[in-house]
Amino acid sequence: MKRLLLVLMLALCGTGAFAQQPTKPANEGFLPVDESAKKEEIPAAPLVMTGYAVAWIAIFIYVWSIWQRLGKTEREIADLNRRLAAGGRRS
Amino acid sequence: MNKLFSPLLIVIAAMFAFAPFLIGGAPYESTMGLVQKIFYFHFSAWMGMFAAAAACGWGSAVYLFKRRKSADHLAVAGAELVVVFGIIGLITGPLWGRKAWGVWWTWDGRATTALVMWLIFVSYLLLRRFGGPGSERLAAAVGLFGMFNVPFVYWSVNLWRTLHPKTTVVPSLPVSMGTPLWFSTAAFLGLFALLMALRRRLEERRADLETLHLALEE
Amino acid sequence: MSFVDVIWLIVRKDLRVELRSREILYTTLFFALSIVLVFSFSFVRAGVAVEDAAAGILWVAIAFSGTLALGRAFERERQNETLRGLLMSPAERPALYLAKLIGVLILLFAVELLVVPLVALLFQAPLFLYPFYFAGLLITGTIGFCAVGTLFAAMLGRARSRDVLLPILLYPITVPVIIAGVRGTAALLQADADLPIARAWLSMLVFFDVVFITLALWTFEAVMTE
Repeated sequence: MKRLLLVLMLALCGTGAFAQQPTKPANEGFLPVDESAKKEEIPAAPLVMTGYAVAWIAIFIYVWSIWQRLGKTEREIADLNRRLAAGGRRS
Repeated sequence: MNKLFSPLLIVIAAMFAFAPFLIGGAPYESTMGLVQKIFYFHFSAWMGMFAAAAACGWGSAVYLFKRRKSADHLAVAGAELVVVFGIIGLITGPLWGRKAWGVWWTWDGRATTALVMWLIFVSYLLLRRFGGPGSERLAAAVGLFGMFNVPFVYWSVNLWRTLHPKTTVVPSLPVSMGTPLWFSTAAFLGLFALLMALRRRLEERRADLETLHLALEE
Repeated sequence: MSFVDVIWLIVRKDLRVELRSREILYTTLFFALSIVLVFSFSFVRAGVAVEDAAAGILWVAIAFSGTLALGRAFERERQNETLRGLLMSPAERPALYLAKLIGVLILLFAVELLVVPLVALLFQAPLFLYPFYFAGLLITGTIGFCAVGTLFAAMLGRARSRDVLLPILLYPITVPVIIAGVRGTAALLQADADLPIARAWLSMLVFFDVVFITLALWTFEAVMTE
């Protein structure tokens, strides 16, 4: 169980290493968004990278949180099983 | 655990490994340039959120009327995933919007609807966490009400305002953009299935723990 | 005992209890007035209110004081375990829900009777120019809010942290009601009142009320039984 989680996390890590450089811009595109705000020179790259980073981080944190909770529950189950096996009556 | 889990894990991991190639290779959108590439994950995250919301709504309904424990597990797993995928969508959206529209948040129709739905599921989780014993049942009612609320929230927020790209954007995408989009969506939905399985496993083990506690006390 | 008789019996009982002390009525009313005041300070500048402030403030006051009233009404039940008593009686659950809903509605309408003219006065808002539209919005909006609120307040009856959980659960789900109420009222208050839009919001509210009262009736039994 935990090994599978580890594999999942590593797989997600690995994809980052393969990110490719974007190709030259093409001249096609879908219908442009309604631009009602002013155009500033905000660099796009940090925004894109932050976006993808957020996605990865959120998923990582969630998987890690499940891992933690599962580990705790499994430990408690093992503990209780031991106690039951050892003749189980609690006074 | 389910026999499908491992092969699914490998497939999804491979898809996520491949996605950056597809996304990187997709053409630039003419007015937004590089920042539009957030779209592939943004849209996919929302699809994941819808799937999770549907799961939660369905699980809530079944649990409320049939009292099947597994339905409750489905519901709580779904609610957590709504929050996780929702966070991704709610952060990538403004990041994209900052560049494309100049402002972080514009109270756009669809974005606001998503925010409201996200809040409903956060309240679901808060109820389960702090409501004390028996809160699974109460939360199921919240999940059910949340589901029935979707059209109302959507309609009212839309009449209130809208700025989003029109829905016709997706069908009119050129194939070169369509492929990475649907690929990312499929990858996210696969991820959703995986996370769902994991989370439900946690709930099942917790239920087992409960049973053990009770057995010990006899 | 018929369905309607049961409802009437419970409503009469609740009203009688309330009329003895008038505690919930007075406190809710005063709370609503305080809300109106606090928000007025936020949205009035140099004696002139921000556009649409009147509509917004009115509905915020209704939502906040409504939540308070709901909480207090069911707190009273909880203190004497009377809700459990009612649930154990042969009274049909839907009748119970409707009776509770009607009770809270009567209370809130009484509060609105005073808050609405006050808002109209403070903001020179022509709320009574289209009385039927406005009354329609007010009534359907309050019903929508209370339909969900009554179920949630009842089900939270003995839950932990119920005081803070009620608003947490209620506000996101009643967002459509608030939007419809505010925008509908604002449409009526415009210099050139937008009646079609007000009608649209009114229709949505009616639809919302029907759907959610039905949903509440459907789930009340399941949610209240252990």
